[in-house]
Amino acid sequence: MYTQGLDSPGREALHASSPDTAALEARFQARVDADEKIEPKDWMPEGYRQTLIRQISQHAHSEVVGMLPEGNWITRAPTLRRKAVLIAKVQDEGGHGMYLYSAAETLGISRDQMMAQLLSGAAKYSSIFNYPTPTWADVGAIGWLVDGAAIMNQIPICRCSYGPYARAMVRICREESFHQRQGFEIMMTLARGTPEQRRMAQDALNRWWWPALMMFGPSDAESRHTAQSMRWKIKRFTNDELRQQFVDITVPQARFLGLEIPDPHLRWDEASQHYVFGPIDWAEFQQVLKGNGPCNRERLEARRRAYEQGRWVREAALAHAEKQRQRAAQAA
Amino acid sequence: MSARLEYVLRLADTSLVLGQRLGEWIGHAPALEEDLGLANLSLDLIGQARLLLTYAGEIEGRGRNEDDLAMSRDQSDYRNLALAEQPNGDFGHTIVRQVLIDAFQLELYEGLQRSTDARLAEIAHKALKETRYHFRYSAGWLIRLGDGTEESHRRVQGSLDSLWRFTRELFAEDDVDREMASAGVAPQLADLELRWSAHIDEVLKEATLQRPADVPYVWHGKRGQHTEHLGYLLAEMQFLHRAYPGASW
Repeated sequence: MYTQGLDSPGREALHASSPDTAALEARFQARVDADEKIEPKDWMPEGYRQTLIRQISQHAHSEVVGMLPEGNWITRAPTLRRKAVLIAKVQDEGGHGMYLYSAAETLGISRDQMMAQLLSGAAKYSSIFNYPTPTWADVGAIGWLVDGAAIMNQIPICRCSYGPYARAMVRICREESFHQRQGFEIMMTLARGTPEQRRMAQDALNRWWWPALMMFGPSDAESRHTAQSMRWKIKRFTNDELRQQFVDITVPQARFLGLEIPDPHLRWDEASQHYVFGPIDWAEFQQVLKGNGPCNRERLEARRRAYEQGRWVREAALAHAEKQRQRAAQAA
Repeated sequence: MSARLEYVLRLADTSLVLGQRLGEWIGHAPALEEDLGLANLSLDLIGQARLLLTYAGEIEGRGRNEDDLAMSRDQSDYRNLALAEQPNGDFGHTIVRQVLIDAFQLELYEGLQRSTDARLAEIAHKALKETRYHFRYSAGWLIRLGDGTEESHRRVQGSLDSLWRFTRELFAEDDVDREMASAGVAPQLADLELRWSAHIDEVLKEATLQRPADVPYVWHGKRGQHTEHLGYLLAEMQFLHRAYPGASW
């Protein structure tokens, strides 16, 4: 699952264009405007390449870090069916991470380099995964709200100008919508369950609602990359448009569940035919982005620990492959 | 408890407990490919456990379903092999445990395909396909780790030496095993042992590992005599069920 909220500063160099590159850029933009797909071997502006590397790798990292909060509940899932479904879901996220790393590799960065950027803290991942999952209802709320928000962000990326990213996203979106339905179904079971289960469901909604809205990234007025990304057709809708679409779809779902959205300002606006919602606490968003969220340390430490503790295994696999190669060479 | 019920619970609980252990790895494996690989194994084993527990509930005839059996029994009512409940340790330790059980389940399900119990034969048919993949995965890793670096060789040899003492239980026949074998429900354990041993020797040779000597003490997890580890595993797995009695999830 992914999010935008990833509009954190990148390092794209703004090259002074020579006459040659100006012509190439014009041709490139014309192809994008004509809705042609850009493929790995095609010429592309350096800024486009860097923006995509940043976005796709952050997306991949989000999938991989996103395995952790839900993975917490694999051993404690309440039924064997729920356990199997959750394992399959977390496995899907790992698979999404793999296709996305592969898509980013087509742009000239290796998975090892991306992994190093994640572990050093240089690369970002979606801030939503820095929130904790203390109860089973969090697994439902993540599926319903976080995957729901991710789908809203990702469906337009299926039409992204960069071919490998667009194609990876088609498959990912199909699986995400399945996850979203599973999450909603968990919430429904809880909402129709015992008073303790209903309380658990409401508490999870209270904790995930605002972070889910923040997943769409800063408001359009603050977003640094939106205009350029839209010209390049990496992005098709603005953060605020997608956020509004999410609220409009999700509020009736919460009502259907009999749960209350934790926003006293929330109201339907007849004139605009949209829900109007209260102010988002962007100070919290910035703090989580800076590493001061509830679980930033735990998430990164878990990834680092897995990497460090797995080092001897990866080294052994390489050493064995090398021995096999040498034996084959000697036999030949 | 009938011998058939005992026997089916042994199969079910071994798969469930091992699947639960493998589930602990997901998100923490040495590489993303291994997160996915271990998740596959875990999913297959939990799937087998669900079919077997459902069948056990039907044999028992007290209206208990897979979750009642998984979530309400205490450790002394669990019938899994003690090997399955051993903690994961490092990745190599998990792989050693897996190879030892995969080679066993491979031959067990092979034999059970011809069971006079049609339901078990059907479950075994499906499980065998999965187990062939499991064994390829675990044996492939044991070979890489055994014949990898000095460190990896030392680690997996240590795990093998430590876990070997649980392998006697796999073939320690009791009345249940004898009754099921004579009814044609289960394969003869003595036959399985020979074939298991051949698989293991072949893998250990390629992995350049030494087969440890057998030890006299035999665990009887399949009779409910467990190591200290199972209680913690169940406490975690059964927590919601016990904290909110009667709730549906």
